[in-house]
Amino acid sequence: MNVIERWRSLVGERSQPVVNLVERGAVRKFAEAIGDPNPLYVDEEAAKKSRYAGLIAPPTFPRTFEYGRIEDMYWPDSGMIHGEHRVSYEHGPLKVGDEIHCYTEFKSYDEKESRGGLLGFIVLERFGEGSGGERLFTMSDTAIVTPTLRKTLGT
Amino acid sequence: MRKGTTGPAWEVGDELEGHVLSPVTRLQLIKYAGASGDFNPIHTVDEAAEEAGLPGVIAHGMLTLATMGLLFSPYLEYGYVKELKARFSGMVFLGDELYIGGRVVEAEDEGEGNLYTFEVSTRRGVDVVAAGTVGFLVFKS
Repeated sequence: MNVIERWRSLVGERSQPVVNLVERGAVRKFAEAIGDPNPLYVDEEAAKKSRYAGLIAPPTFPRTFEYGRIEDMYWPDSGMIHGEHRVSYEHGPLKVGDEIHCYTEFKSYDEKESRGGLLGFIVLERFGEGSGGERLFTMSDTAIVTPTLRKTLGT
Repeated sequence: MRKGTTGPAWEVGDELEGHVLSPVTRLQLIKYAGASGDFNPIHTVDEAAEEAGLPGVIAHGMLTLATMGLLFSPYLEYGYVKELKARFSGMVFLGDELYIGGRVVEAEDEGEGNLYTFEVSTRRGVDVVAAGTVGFLVFKS
């Protein structure tokens, strides 16, 4: 089975959930790295007085979590292009101190002809749930398999 | 836009205050790699970028998206980013000066609050490097 066939066979497969903690230090470092040191992300005193009653995490923070491994997943070290990203929240931003159960699903593999050759599109979804199993956020990322990468993968 | 104690109330067509970001530096990319756990060397090491056929290191796409959040940062006391979705359409290199902007395209009552949909984009000059939509929910109380 070549790499493309393997990806096709993974559609619908999920990882085992991994528990992640939204850590204060990790949120602070992330907020500083993205150039957005909002007091609600980094200043505990200010955040306590807010409607959230504590520190919250920036919208794209869930990409820092561990989501577990899909069995038999293959991901090349380089050559994949990040095409699209989506994240949506059910009830509000994540809070520092939250324990989040995260897992990922191999959503789809599709192909499309382009001027430069055949393009592959892998969609991975990632989910975060609270300890009661309630959905907190959903993320979706599209990775593009370029004709060049396809060649190096020997397909 | 009106901004009172109950938070912002936008109308379709309103523009958010845009931001000109300071030029992308290698240190910024190293910091983001550390903070995000994305250590793909095409974002930090010249040789790795060149081996991948790039003229130099490129910024993490997720860093470009994260900076779109700056548009909404002033309003976080009143609401939150409910959805962010964007497509990458160009690479960002060291020294690039990016501009982020957004405009209201839809406003609706969602029960939980008022949901405003914005078209957002990150540009370098006239080149769009990422574009999409953000749903920002303003709580009712």
